[in-house]
Amino acid sequence: MNTPVLVIENLTAGYGTTAIVHDVNVTLQEREIAVIVGPNGAGKSTLLKAVFGLNNCFSGDILYRGSSILKTGTANLVPMGISAVPQSGNVFPSLSVTENLEIGTYARAPKNKAHTMARILSLFPDLKDKLKQDAGELSGGQRQMLAIARALMSEPQLLLLDEPTAGLSPAFLEIIFDLILEIRSTGLSILMVEQNARQALRIADTGYVLVNGENAYTGSGTELLANDEVRRSFLGGQARLKSKQSDSDSP
Amino acid sequence: MMEFINFYLIPGITLGSIYALGAVGVSMIFGILRFAHFAHGDLMTTGAYIALMLVWVLGVSPLVAMPIAMAGTAIVALLLDRLFYRPLRELPTIYTVIASFGVALILRSLIQVLWGTEAHVYSPGFQKPLIFFDSLRIASRHIQIISTTLAIAVALHFFLKHSRLGRSMRAVSDDPELARIAGIRTERVIAFTWITGACLAAMAGIFVGLDTDVHTNLGWNMLLPMFAAALLGGIGKPMGAIAGGLIIGIAEELVSYPVLGVSLLSPSYKSAVAFIIMLVLLIFRPQGLFKGRLLQ
Repeated sequence: MNTPVLVIENLTAGYGTTAIVHDVNVTLQEREIAVIVGPNGAGKSTLLKAVFGLNNCFSGDILYRGSSILKTGTANLVPMGISAVPQSGNVFPSLSVTENLEIGTYARAPKNKAHTMARILSLFPDLKDKLKQDAGELSGGQRQMLAIARALMSEPQLLLLDEPTAGLSPAFLEIIFDLILEIRSTGLSILMVEQNARQALRIADTGYVLVNGENAYTGSGTELLANDEVRRSFLGGQARLKSKQSDSDSP
Repeated sequence: MMEFINFYLIPGITLGSIYALGAVGVSMIFGILRFAHFAHGDLMTTGAYIALMLVWVLGVSPLVAMPIAMAGTAIVALLLDRLFYRPLRELPTIYTVIASFGVALILRSLIQVLWGTEAHVYSPGFQKPLIFFDSLRIASRHIQIISTTLAIAVALHFFLKHSRLGRSMRAVSDDPELARIAGIRTERVIAFTWITGACLAAMAGIFVGLDTDVHTNLGWNMLLPMFAAALLGGIGKPMGAIAGGLIIGIAEELVSYPVLGVSLLSPSYKSAVAFIIMLVLLIFRPQGLFKGRLLQ
């Protein structure tokens, strides 16, 4: 079997001296989508930030194509072919859309920048008319698209997405999930943290349910969606939460 | 009318140009490193004194000495960052702000030890102003100061807008963590910010020396109007800082212009203008004219 693109091995990580995720394992194979789901505070984003060197790793390892990237440093990951899209604050608001896209090429220049730009804009046609506009003036969905487009400008091999549909309308949600599938079809491997668990697991090759910072369930997206325990304790829980919210919203 | 132009407007634009050069550095450092650099005025003084030394030793004009003084000040700024500010980078910015006060005192004391506390001039004697259209009188040093600032403003605009490093600087100013995630080497951007800020500060310091004299409080006295200019333009907006510097410089000179025989303010109170503008701005438009970052 080929070396996996990314292996998170018994990782314990967190902020300062506090560990948020404990002994977590994740494996991402070539051209796969791996999705990490779980309740709020489960440590999903912490795990993704650890991969990108943005918090403290206390034990375990993170291997990219077989080599440890624990001490590589955030800015050095893009030249290696790893791009990340944070959940919020993921565009440079005072820079134009074009400038945001250009920034994506600085650490790892594509072979043909104009060709890459054209290809990416064909994936995100909404951005085509807004190239000169400041990113800060875009809508939430357009910002999310720009953030993903910026990450793709370096022609990465691994894309890390932190809740790409957070705060988006249902219409945009579908667009983003379709885009993720389309991006995968171009040969990328994608590790994604997502709150919209059902939709995310539908497109996942592998799913990881994180609870209290630990691996609770692992399986293919279809397996996890069909797993009664997962549905009851997590996906069902989400449904219950939604109904609670609508109860509290009602007069 | 010509009295207004010759004795108020042109000196105002000159003073504003000096503020503008200093304020660009203050604004850039605040935008990228997230702290108010209280030693920036003393970097101006450092530049002015390095030029003074070259004028004394080599007998060259201060304008010829300027590039070397700029380089020397940039090296001093990089050393200060390495020794005092970088170790504090991960701590709350108040530590760095307080450190910059200490650095300001260190720089001033060193200058006083090396060059003494008395004021000096680059070239003694009176320089006759140039006269245009029989009545427009403008000193050649004022032409040099204003034209250099204009050239710097144009160059800075193109640099920030069109160069890779300029865009990286704006990106780090917007969001340093996202910049790192995008693969931008933030330490390189920080180093270039110090180099640019220090070079412009040295230039401003030499221009103060050309216009008046060189003394150890030269930069410290300029700090308040420079901060006011950076705030007026919008923190993290270098082009705004240039506009802010010009507005404050011109305002300081114009408030003492007698209208119907009465001046709004006595010239001895003109430094209060920057303070008043800064206070009004912080209350009514804290993001500045160019929508900069809000102070936290």
